[in-house]
Amino acid sequence: MPRNITDIVRAGLKKRYRAEARFRLYGITAILAALVLLFTLFVTIVSQGASAFVATELTLSVPVTAAVVDPEGTRAEATLSGANYRKLVLDALDAQFPDVQDRIERRKLHAIVSDGATYDLREKVMANPALIGTTVTLTTPVASDFDMLAKGQVDVSQPESLRRLNDRQIGWFNTLKERGLVSFGLDRNLFVNADSRQPELAGIFGALMGSLYTLLVTLALSFPMGVAAAVYLEEYAPRNRLTDIIEVNINNLAAVPSIVFGLLGLAIFLGFFGLPRSAPLVGGLVLSLMTLPTIIIAARVALQSVPPSIREAALGIGASKMQTVLHHVLPLALPGIMTGTIIGMARALGETAPLLMIGMVAFIADTPEGILSPSTVLPVQIYIWADSPERAFLERMSAAIIILLTFLVIMNTAAVWLRRKFERKW
Amino acid sequence: MKLPKARVSRPRSPPEVEGADSENGRPDRREAFSRKEPGPRKPRFPEASRGKDSAVSRFIAFSFHCGLFLVIPASVLIFGVKARMDTLILICVILGLAAVMYRMGMARALRVGDGTRPLHSTPVYHGLYVALWCVIPSLAFLLLWLMFEPAIVRGLVLASLPDSVLSGPDGQPLSAQRIQLIYTEIGNVANGLVPVDSPAALMEASAYKDRLHLLGNRGTWAACLAIALGGTAWALSRITPVLRTRNKVESVFRAFILMCSGLAILTTLGIVLSLVFESLRFFAHVSVTDFLFGLHWSPQTATGPDVSKSFGAVPLFAGTFLIAGIALVVAVPIGLMSAIYMSEYAHPRFRAVAKPLLEVLAGIPTVVYGFFAALAIAPLFRSLGEQLGLDVSSESALAAGVVMGVMIVPFVSSLSDDVISAVPRSLREGSLGLGATKSETIRRVVIPAALPGIVGGVLLAASRAIGETMIVVMAAGMAARLTANPFEAVTTVTVQIVTLLVGDQEFDSPKTLAAFALGLVLFCLTLIMNIVALYVVRKYREQYD
Repeated sequence: MPRNITDIVRAGLKKRYRAEARFRLYGITAILAALVLLFTLFVTIVSQGASAFVATELTLSVPVTAAVVDPEGTRAEATLSGANYRKLVLDALDAQFPDVQDRIERRKLHAIVSDGATYDLREKVMANPALIGTTVTLTTPVASDFDMLAKGQVDVSQPESLRRLNDRQIGWFNTLKERGLVSFGLDRNLFVNADSRQPELAGIFGALMGSLYTLLVTLALSFPMGVAAAVYLEEYAPRNRLTDIIEVNINNLAAVPSIVFGLLGLAIFLGFFGLPRSAPLVGGLVLSLMTLPTIIIAARVALQSVPPSIREAALGIGASKMQTVLHHVLPLALPGIMTGTIIGMARALGETAPLLMIGMVAFIADTPEGILSPSTVLPVQIYIWADSPERAFLERMSAAIIILLTFLVIMNTAAVWLRRKFERKW
Repeated sequence: MKLPKARVSRPRSPPEVEGADSENGRPDRREAFSRKEPGPRKPRFPEASRGKDSAVSRFIAFSFHCGLFLVIPASVLIFGVKARMDTLILICVILGLAAVMYRMGMARALRVGDGTRPLHSTPVYHGLYVALWCVIPSLAFLLLWLMFEPAIVRGLVLASLPDSVLSGPDGQPLSAQRIQLIYTEIGNVANGLVPVDSPAALMEASAYKDRLHLLGNRGTWAACLAIALGGTAWALSRITPVLRTRNKVESVFRAFILMCSGLAILTTLGIVLSLVFESLRFFAHVSVTDFLFGLHWSPQTATGPDVSKSFGAVPLFAGTFLIAGIALVVAVPIGLMSAIYMSEYAHPRFRAVAKPLLEVLAGIPTVVYGFFAALAIAPLFRSLGEQLGLDVSSESALAAGVVMGVMIVPFVSSLSDDVISAVPRSLREGSLGLGATKSETIRRVVIPAALPGIVGGVLLAASRAIGETMIVVMAAGMAARLTANPFEAVTTVTVQIVTLLVGDQEFDSPKTLAAFALGLVLFCLTLIMNIVALYVVRKYREQYD
């Protein structure tokens, strides 16, 4: 006897409902997978980078003897600047371990102190020459290997030959710790220094200034030009071939791989115009060509959302086209344009590949002074540090990533806030 | 309220001339209207007369405006001084001058407008007109000078050199390259980069070059300022009530914004020209077929006659597609399923939280993903592989591909979300009305209807993956290997571009030029994918609109 349709449907119903539940599960799994990956990413970065904000510091009482610093007592700047402060610091360290007499052993002991201690002491004495002849209490970061040791990143159970530090060095360091001379403090060097060969002295300030100069050039070029182009395309452009070509061009430029813009910068700005390598000016030029489509597209959307009645009213009371656009349409579209610009700037801030092409990847130990001095930018600094083999640089890199992400979060929050605050429904 | 009085007596043109002033002979609408008005006229710009209350308030307003116009030039000035760039300072001075001239133009317009006859344009336009005359000619001159200065200086310096320097021992003139070398050396002497024992002729020439630079510098300052002041004076002398400054200023504005939108074409042209030009130089060394179809890539060892054989790019293309393929295998299911869940199932509150979080993935800089791939995911896969008895390279294509997949999830999901939401409700309701479950509706009705758009989105994401640089530079290998095994290290087009160009290399070797050929391939590939994707997406959108 043939079953009726209801029976057939009912027989399959259980299976179909199971398929339905499975499908829903796939969906939620997909979202959760993406979110878990995002979460893992942040946890990895924070867990690796948080410790970089803390520096292991060694407190030494350094007698600043006049015989070493200023034997003639002239207090001349050149003498003070050229004095052998390293000897003073190392003598102070030796005083902690009078039993270490062997030259090689001593050199191993001296490895505890970073070069930064010498600079710190010089700075102090130069600022206040009255310190000569007194004993200065100096708190400076220890060398990066010992910093890692103090933070528990060195596996002491490994055989000695596989470690960068031998047992004696670890013993000395622990002795210093027992004497209460080792402390933890905020890592000042990370924020005020440029790149350095010594991880404990390397900082992000140079890269940060480079990013700032680059972004200023980018903003100064791409914002006015992007807005002008959008105004032309939305308000002035006649429907013709040329306009179509421009529109297609802008859409395609938005999807060109960023590294191709780097090749353009290398061939045109460096090769043809002969602008200096590694300069924020060139970086800014390349990045502004890259962000221009983003800003144009955002600005066009913002201009489109201004209702035609505004334009008609302005034109109706005798305003010219330019007055209509500049006095009425553009101010109303400005929040939307600003949002798009901030998002474009955030993308430019995180961009690395095109800047590698124009030589911003060099090791630069000075903070850039202007848009023509060689510099690097924050993401490139991260890349440089990621390439170095030392564990301490990886920690710095994670800290730099945290700072970069903080800036991006601030910029994106500003964009969202701007949109919420000024968004208008017509 | 006082009427602004005309202080400059100027022969007035009769009203007929005034009206006929417009190009098409039509009398200006506003002026025609104003002429009908009987009785004593109100001042057109009462706010201008308000400013005459006291010299102090006028001075304050003046300095405020100048201050506004000077803030930007001043900040540029600071950068300029720091960068020791004279030209920037000059530009700032001209801009500052323009700010002052703007005020002068406005004041002049108010003076010539006597209150009985209106100005054609508001005083602002007269001010802008004068300022533009101050800025544009002088900056145009500066630009021309900057473009031609090196050539002029070079010609003069070389002409000053004695023949003995410019000709070889045999009395023949030196080749262009040698002359370039000599000129570079002169520049180095001038910059103090060369030991002092260089020939006396060169020292003299470098001193001459320095003098020329100084002269050129002073000359530019004088000429630019003279042109700026001359332009201003001319513009000021032309200001009359009937001068149509608004139209003139607006046409300049229009030309400016047209130029700005033309920049997009210029950029594309620049990309294409620079890539094609350098690639042609590369293909002078290496044949196109060897490059596109060769199986061996080792530019580091490229020497000798068979240089062509070291530039076979197939392993790079294979590596690129392998990594991009892995990325798509990760991104398409995750992106598509999350888009479906978000648009069809999710509670609005869940959607409001999850969607921005997914978008965060698109905002993370690629260098951070590179770090994640190289230092977190790759070691993880390696140790997992060891436990399973697999030999996973520490630079495996898998690690780079998976992380790249995570990066492009938002592209897939947001584009799919758009097209899925664009499928008309009626289709869904029809299907549900026939008794289909929600998932059946999605699978049998919504997805097929949205398929072209989804394909377009996936293509866009794929072109992103192919052009992505930092993840692969940090996490993928350097050695070109032709393999489809995702556990091995492969290299990609972008990795090789970076490897070939980072560091100091001579600009002419096939090694460096190869990067541009690779860039050209990359550009063409992504361009084609984008065009196809945009075409597909647009075509689909039109279907239901």
